[in-house]
Amino acid sequence: MAAPNSPPQTVAAARTRRRPFLESLAHLRRDPTTVVSAAILVLFILIAIFAPLIAGDPTALNPIRRLGPPAPDAWLGTDQLGRDVYARAVYGTRVSLIVGGAVAVLAAIPGVAIGIYASMNRVGGAIVMRLVDALMAIPAVLLAIALAALLKPGLPTLIIAISIPEIPRMVRLVRSVALSVTAQPYVTAAIAAGSSRSRLVFRHILPNTLAPVIVQATYAAASAIIASAILSFLGVGTSPEVPSWGGMMADARGFFRFNPELMFYPGLLLSVLLLVTNILGDRLSDALDPRKVTQKMP
Amino acid sequence: MLRYAAQRILAGIPILLLVSLFIFSLVHLTPGDPALLLAGDNASPAQVDEIRARLNLDQPLWRQFALWFGDAIRLDLGNSIYSGKPVTELIGQRVEPTLVLSTVTLILTVLIAVPLGAVSAWRANTIVDRLAMGFAVIGFSVPVFAIAYVLVYLFAVRWGVFPVQGYKPLDEGMLATLHSVTLPSVSLALVFAALIARVTRASVLDALNENYIRTAHAKGLGAPRILFWHALKSVGVPVVTVIGIGFATLIGGVVVTESVFNIPGIGRLTVDAITRRDYPVIQGSILFFSAMLILINLVVDLSYAAIDPRVRG
Repeated sequence: MAAPNSPPQTVAAARTRRRPFLESLAHLRRDPTTVVSAAILVLFILIAIFAPLIAGDPTALNPIRRLGPPAPDAWLGTDQLGRDVYARAVYGTRVSLIVGGAVAVLAAIPGVAIGIYASMNRVGGAIVMRLVDALMAIPAVLLAIALAALLKPGLPTLIIAISIPEIPRMVRLVRSVALSVTAQPYVTAAIAAGSSRSRLVFRHILPNTLAPVIVQATYAAASAIIASAILSFLGVGTSPEVPSWGGMMADARGFFRFNPELMFYPGLLLSVLLLVTNILGDRLSDALDPRKVTQKMP
Repeated sequence: MLRYAAQRILAGIPILLLVSLFIFSLVHLTPGDPALLLAGDNASPAQVDEIRARLNLDQPLWRQFALWFGDAIRLDLGNSIYSGKPVTELIGQRVEPTLVLSTVTLILTVLIAVPLGAVSAWRANTIVDRLAMGFAVIGFSVPVFAIAYVLVYLFAVRWGVFPVQGYKPLDEGMLATLHSVTLPSVSLALVFAALIARVTRASVLDALNENYIRTAHAKGLGAPRILFWHALKSVGVPVVTVIGIGFATLIGGVVVTESVFNIPGIGRLTVDAITRRDYPVIQGSILFFSAMLILINLVVDLSYAAIDPRVRG
């Protein structure tokens, strides 16, 4: 966190001050679990980007080879429509990563803006927090399923449907951090010294919310990846043509007794991606935010 | 205590009103005309208008909301578009499986999570702790339906110990019911327990540094007695909080688990209603889940006050 106990400094002094935020991140480079998790995440990202280079067409149908065994051109066998399971698994990485990343950003930006507003405005803040209470009283998965099913289907809808239940959690977090920062003596001093509102927000409050928001956004990404899999699994996610791990698992339900591997490949990939995301979230949280003010939701 | 309870109950009412407003606008501001859906393909425009009038869909939105909410507090949530039955009756028929599943899950969760978290804290930073917390991270990383299918494969397909899917109502005997909900409850409990074990560990670690624990050591009490009697007493509040917060996650899990195991609960009812665009049932069942959530959080708040007198203020 950006030197919470030091008085406001001049611009020149600020340039030379220590950067504990980056220092604590550098610290993580020496932790083997973090390094391995980060490497696996990077591998997933590379797989998503270079999918066309490492896998064939995930949508090509081949009715003669339904539920076929592994073969040189289909390493993991074929599904009930004769599609290459390996190619679908590789391409499925894309939906998971896009949804996870987009939801992290789409929950963070409005969350930070609304949270800071709620911390600075007494009446507006009270109204916002009641709305947040109400939104949080609707189970997130149900809200997302309902939104996804009732709006026009597709990837943007999926992302919006999953982001909306994540925003209130972010608002609560940012507001509580902003309130505790505002109560610090150095902020009182800044106000007394005639700091403008915008200077207060951008110079003092925003930098202090950065660390917890990054951690919370990581958890939001993880829960978005689960949520998108659940939605695809229940048939309200992306269209069946777009390969997704949740969709593959939904397809595999009917053939589970004799072809359980069709369920286990995407399930395993999903679990590994979530595991590394959660581990990175935990390590970031330990490194950036020893008091752990984030709300953890699996 | 009574005053505190009254305050908390009153605070829940505006939240429930806002929740119903959200759910109402969710259903009414999204594209799709329930009157057309209900009338079917061969209906004349006049028939569609007639249905629209019967469902109050020709009224302004605020009036529709007022009418719907007025009925809702009298426990009339309208009739299903699909089956024509009252929504409250549909929910009533489906309560038992959901309630049994959640209760068994909650009991299993506490039985797994609290000892695991306590032992982890007791043996902090040892291999035992690392294994237990590693299990916890894996537990909430693996989606509940993935765990569910692994369990189904092993215990139902491979060894045939438990049924692949389905639910036996309590009328057919307690044991039959428990047998049918074992796999779904264990799947859900593994996820939920992971979360609670972490919180238990953190709270017990804090508690173990307190003076009264040293006193207990000095008195010569054994480790199990200190751990499970003295230290665990003080972790009630945080653990109960997380059970409250986690309940929303549990509801999400229940919805998915009911689909995987084909359990005719309210989660299935909701998912089926959403795919059929059965608006009254969607509104009713989401409102039901939200009311449960508000109620659970109310119970959590009140149990704080019971556990920790300082909260009553």
